[in-house]
Amino acid sequence: MEWIATIAVILDSAIRLSIPLLCAAMAGLWSERAGVVDIGLEGKMLIAAFASAVAAFATGSAWAGLGAGILASVLLSLVHGFAAITWRGNQIVSGVAINMLAAGLTVVLGNAWYAQGGRTPTLEGGARFGDLTLPFAAAMREHVPVLGLFYDEVISGHGAPVYLAFASVLLTAFVLKRTRFGLRLRAVGENPAAVDTAGISVTGLRYGAVIICGVLCGLGGTYLAVSQSAGFLPHMTAGKGFIALAAVIFANWRPWPALGACLLFGLLDAIAIRLQGVALPGIGQVPVQAIQALPYVMTVILLAGFIGKSTPPKASGVPYVKER
Amino acid sequence: MPPLAIALSGISKHFGPVAANKDVSLSIAAGSIHGIVGENGAGKSTLMSILYGFYEADAGEIRIAGEARQIRSPADAIAAGIGMVHQHFMLVETLSVVENIILGAEGAAWLKNGVGKARAELARLAQDYGLVIDPDAIVGDLSVGLQQRVEILKALYRGADILILDEPTAVLTPPEADQLFALLRALKAQGKTVVLITHKLREIMDVTDAVSVMRRGEMVAHLTTAETSPPELAEAMVGRRVLLRVEKEARRRGKPVLEAVGLGVRDARGVELLQDLSLTLHAGEIVGIAGVAGNGQSELLEVLAGLLRSSRGVIRLGGRILNNADRSPAKLRKLGLMHIPEDRQRTGLVTAFSAAENAILGYQEDTAFGTGLFMSPSRIEAHARTTFNAYDVRPPDPGLKTAKFSGGNQQKIVLAREIERHPKVLLVGQPTRGVDIGAIEFIHRRLIALRDAGVAILLVSVELEEVMALSDRILAMCGGRITGERAAATADERDLGLLMAGVNERAA
Repeated sequence: MEWIATIAVILDSAIRLSIPLLCAAMAGLWSERAGVVDIGLEGKMLIAAFASAVAAFATGSAWAGLGAGILASVLLSLVHGFAAITWRGNQIVSGVAINMLAAGLTVVLGNAWYAQGGRTPTLEGGARFGDLTLPFAAAMREHVPVLGLFYDEVISGHGAPVYLAFASVLLTAFVLKRTRFGLRLRAVGENPAAVDTAGISVTGLRYGAVIICGVLCGLGGTYLAVSQSAGFLPHMTAGKGFIALAAVIFANWRPWPALGACLLFGLLDAIAIRLQGVALPGIGQVPVQAIQALPYVMTVILLAGFIGKSTPPKASGVPYVKER
Repeated sequence: MPPLAIALSGISKHFGPVAANKDVSLSIAAGSIHGIVGENGAGKSTLMSILYGFYEADAGEIRIAGEARQIRSPADAIAAGIGMVHQHFMLVETLSVVENIILGAEGAAWLKNGVGKARAELARLAQDYGLVIDPDAIVGDLSVGLQQRVEILKALYRGADILILDEPTAVLTPPEADQLFALLRALKAQGKTVVLITHKLREIMDVTDAVSVMRRGEMVAHLTTAETSPPELAEAMVGRRVLLRVEKEARRRGKPVLEAVGLGVRDARGVELLQDLSLTLHAGEIVGIAGVAGNGQSELLEVLAGLLRSSRGVIRLGGRILNNADRSPAKLRKLGLMHIPEDRQRTGLVTAFSAAENAILGYQEDTAFGTGLFMSPSRIEAHARTTFNAYDVRPPDPGLKTAKFSGGNQQKIVLAREIERHPKVLLVGQPTRGVDIGAIEFIHRRLIALRDAGVAILLVSVELEEVMALSDRILAMCGGRITGERAAATADERDLGLLMAGVNERAA
């Protein structure tokens, strides 16, 4: 039975590791379905991680941290929106600028304020999101074989941001498919002129999408600093914003497949961690670096193998200009 | 007299220094079909875009059903009961028909009720006007004709009393166009007002009650359709008398220059696109290919121009048999065979390049335009300036992006490029497709002049009238074969129609 427990632990860890990807992927999906390419997910998560750690440390409240994280991320989103929508600038350039700004600014401010090499002070108690135990977790574990164990180990016992992240997938799928806002948003990413001639504001819709993107990146960044870790570390997003973009492409810009892709990437990460220092039969002990590279290698293989069929929103990355 | 559906007065609109509309006034009676004609770039589309709120006029007044209206956005226009079917459809191809129809008129934040209402309304419109459509079909999968139907339904769903159609038949087959006209008459019978923008005079004569003519941003004539004629309209459009018939002298046919024997082409599925096709072009004659689109004419042009490999057959140019190495476009050009492709925007031009660059495409290696690795922008520009003047390309601005030129002027750029290279043989595909009347006349005269100078011309066109007017000999094509030959002087339309349909009179 020990291997079942091992699997449960790996799955639990996979979920924890996939949350930042999931938030960023949903953020990217909103933005790109509306026609605004956003490679600044990474930078927004990073600034949110920093802002949330600072606010949580100052106030002692994790929720205040979340608020600050979202605020910081939305502000950067608006900068991107201003450049990409209002001024019809190049969206890649604007995204790169945001990534560089966030990477530099967080370290500089962190050093200036706390003098700990860019880190923020360790968060304790209410300044971090505690783990929530879902109802009947202990009872299920005791009385229901296998499933009970998985319920307690994998599904229960995460911080609030984890559940919020999963809720965001459900909400994204629902809003896109079943609401007026969702219909208009899908339309504006495909053919903004059709939206314009239907008497709807293209600019308004795209700003709406960009703000939602900021909120979700804020959630992802806050999770990193205030839930998964106990404070901000320089460059702690470590490319997750880019892997999330890959997950969005991999999922063909649809929410549920994006969830699957993020969980898969999280699982690869979890397996990599688990394999460190373990001697594999026939191979022996694999160097830590090779194991750590595994998720990235798999990402490349998966994308190279499956990307052929992907069809992005047609107007993605194209600023809207009324034709003469 | 009932109030006017639309009354525009003093509408002006400038784009930078260009005046697209100058003090335009227009009155359209309620419950009528009103045509607006003019050459490309005459300002028809701009005027209608102003009426639909897509652009705001610099000056002028709009009255709808007698009431002065400020139309600042499409939302205002929709509220005033105006619907528009754009030339390039404003549809979202990945969405379903019903989603496209309710877009912007969903009714509530949740889609469910709006979709239900739209389905019921679509069923009613299908019954009233015969506009049958599957509400759940994905728009991108529909034919162009059905996509246009979705656009019309969109406008009707929003309760439009005034329907504007911008060049609606440009993308339709003749039967589809007839269906559309029947629908427009049905809408008129229901009391709706229809505004039809077009440059096809036959449509105006067929379906409209009144017609307004625009030229260079100004409204130049308001006519009652029953009291006018195509020549009068054409003259008003271009500002002078137009030769609807091409005047040419009898041919002086020379030696054979291009001979093709037994050409055969098969596509990837093994379907025969060209079968055992032979033809001969003589110096100083125009041979026209008559045929319904898609019967192998495009493949014939491509094989002769070196763009497509034939699986069988021999081509002789100037008495010399062309081997595989000779049959590349670059080599053929050197041998004096030039090609004006059917689709100028895809094959003839790089529309993102400047006009000057397009004017030398294919001849960029010529030492006249640069030496070694480097090109000479000043010489390329000077070259463009001279040819644009000679071919009346408007505006004569070599630096302007080619996409910004009208269809007719783009075609003149291609024409100038190939003709100025002194071809021995010229292959011409659809020389006047999407080209306005003034430019058509110009292009026709150039081709005749070229023939008189001894060039052998192969003309492929879906416009039978054009083939009959320009050619010396006409070959009819059907199913990848040549089904008959007629001398143009004695050919009649009915006879050619039978050949194009593959009906062999000798067999009958």
